[in-house]
Amino acid sequence: MHVHRYERMWLVAALALIVLFIGTVTYGAVGAGYGMVDATGGEVDPTNPTASDNFREPGVYNGSEQNHYDVYIEAVQFAFVPGTSEPVRLPANSTVTFHVTSGDVIHGFEVVGTNINTMAVPGQVATVTVEFDDPGEYGLVCNEYCGSGHHSMEGSLDVVPPAQFNESEVN
Amino acid sequence: MAHPHTSEQPQAYEADETQLKDRLAFIDRYPNAARITRLSFSVSFTALAIGALLGIIQALHRTNVLRGIVSSVDYYSVLTGHGVLLALFFTIFFLTGIFTWGTSKSLGRELQSPRFSLAWFLLMLSGAVMTSTAIFGGLVGQIPFSADVLYTFYAPLQAHPLFYAGLAAWLVGTWLAGADWFRTYYHWRQDNPDERIPLQMFMIMTTMLMWYIATLGVAVEVLVFLLPLSLGLIESVDPLLTRTLFWFFGHPVVYFWLMPAYFAWYTVLPKLSGGRLFSDPLARVVFILFLLLSTPVGFHHQYADPGVPEGFKFIAMTNTMFLLLPSFLTAFTVVASMEYGARQRGGTGYLGWLKSLPWGNPAFAGCALAGMMFAAGGFSGIINAGMNINSLIHNTLWVPGHFHLTVGTASALTMMAISYWLYPQITGKRLQFYGVAQIQPYIWFIGMGLMSNAMHRAGLAGVPRRTAEPQYQQFDFAPVLGSMSEMRLQIAIGGSLLTLGALMFVFVMAGTWMAERGRGRLRVDSHLPEPISGASDSPRVLDNVKLWFAIAVVLVAIAYGFPIYSMVADGVFSPAAPPFPV
Repeated sequence: MHVHRYERMWLVAALALIVLFIGTVTYGAVGAGYGMVDATGGEVDPTNPTASDNFREPGVYNGSEQNHYDVYIEAVQFAFVPGTSEPVRLPANSTVTFHVTSGDVIHGFEVVGTNINTMAVPGQVATVTVEFDDPGEYGLVCNEYCGSGHHSMEGSLDVVPPAQFNESEVN
Repeated sequence: MAHPHTSEQPQAYEADETQLKDRLAFIDRYPNAARITRLSFSVSFTALAIGALLGIIQALHRTNVLRGIVSSVDYYSVLTGHGVLLALFFTIFFLTGIFTWGTSKSLGRELQSPRFSLAWFLLMLSGAVMTSTAIFGGLVGQIPFSADVLYTFYAPLQAHPLFYAGLAAWLVGTWLAGADWFRTYYHWRQDNPDERIPLQMFMIMTTMLMWYIATLGVAVEVLVFLLPLSLGLIESVDPLLTRTLFWFFGHPVVYFWLMPAYFAWYTVLPKLSGGRLFSDPLARVVFILFLLLSTPVGFHHQYADPGVPEGFKFIAMTNTMFLLLPSFLTAFTVVASMEYGARQRGGTGYLGWLKSLPWGNPAFAGCALAGMMFAAGGFSGIINAGMNINSLIHNTLWVPGHFHLTVGTASALTMMAISYWLYPQITGKRLQFYGVAQIQPYIWFIGMGLMSNAMHRAGLAGVPRRTAEPQYQQFDFAPVLGSMSEMRLQIAIGGSLLTLGALMFVFVMAGTWMAERGRGRLRVDSHLPEPISGASDSPRVLDNVKLWFAIAVVLVAIAYGFPIYSMVADGVFSPAAPPFPV
């Protein structure tokens, strides 16, 4: 089979580019330590997530180490609990694991302007661990269509200076 | 024997066509195939017109330019209609039309049975009408139908049973259409035991084999889970399992949209450029790669899903990146074929040859502009495929920005452009309103350029897709490039130009449909010149479609076997989520 010389060069260059792309993603996972949302969050009963060992009453909890926090968020039509009626408050200089599930249909959980972005699937718990270095105010938005009030499903996340964070806010 | 096209004497065919000055149109040679192609196109173009009108409503509503045509609640009925009518009905009725044409054209024979062909067409049509009725019932309060579940119909959101039943009927229709083309091929094969498979037929066969593998996922999802759920026969489903079954189908379907465009770029565009296809063997390699790699990539739509182990996302990512290869090869061949054509027409220079291409021919201009935008869409797709940076843009407006370049331009504009060339041949009527047709591809190109760049940038700012409202109460978006109001304006203007472009196209087609036969020359002919490097240059193993099909099945088993097993191991309906009717 005859392949034109230019086309062979193009083929080799395209393969090199593909391997490079795969390499950058691999580096992101292994080198930079970017953890994907995966199956480690476990399963829950979609009609009663808190009854399972894999989920707790929604809210902020102390984590396993100093300055680590666990945030349990339940997405429901059309609110984040917590997040919508009151902001999620966290201190800066912290490591936070979000545990997100849904109590009804599939939702999205996006912290606007960041790479915290996961699906909230009934029966599954998504876990995302991030570091908040600086104080800031972020929006929360549901980015998967979840019903007629989908466009009103939003919330906020306030990362405050550690001095303004009261440990009594933690469950 | 280098001629791959037909079992008749090709030289005689070419001579006839030139002598009779286009009077030997496809419709005269294969009236039944021409009728099925016409019927498919008429449904396709109707879906395009309706879908485009829904598109402008969305573009103006969610940019706050013009409110009040629909409420923000009904916006989702409109969005469901836009997605289903354009992504499934416009594209795939076009596919059944052009593949029917391609089967007859490349094999040089009629389909086996006019009644069977009509049967699958009517089954697809009745399914499409049922599904559309369920969707648009949502806009009318008195009608108990509703299907505001969007194009992805993720459970446990639940539509009216008519929505799922229609999809199932339509899907079975596509399977029968494929069977019709394969049956015609087997009859041809009996008469031509030693010939290479004609290139167009080869493309049709590999595309349909991919479709048979891919649609298994959505068929199980709809028939085993969602239809019984909507009828109340079962009480709950596992949302992650049904979602995974959807994406088992949901990525290969994008190649089902693209393959008719590739089919046209490989086999018709070189002729429109004034030249010949660069390489037939590499075209076959490309289609084999699509058959192998289109399905075991679906988890790249589920990078952000819990319940799917990271390793399987990684496999999907790797396969997705390798899926770039056939598109890179296509880019080379298409550009090389165009350059060859331009030089045949007297073009010179490194880039000067571009001026010698027939930019005033709407069929050529549409294909070329679509190919150019596909390159841009390909690069934004690489961002989507990179599983860690994908987190920045997952489910944001970036994603519709991306797929309006791919399915919305690479596929859609090519389909429209090829229709300017093909429709006269299947009707025997000269293309009407040629001036409108000539500017239409440019209107589309400009409209898409405005809309898509703004959507990509809005996505980078975190603006979600699939929502009726441009802003939120508790926070403001902070765009990196440009301002929110400027992006909204570009989306509104771009979306309006796109609707205008779609309506111009439908106007030309309707005008041609209603024109009289025999007035003036057709201005097009169906002769497709031989590739520079023909099929006889390639190893015969390329034509062993059974082998490629078997490898494709193995790759799918590797990518999906364990994840699906682990989802059903704890019970097919567990975790059990009850339905939420919309």
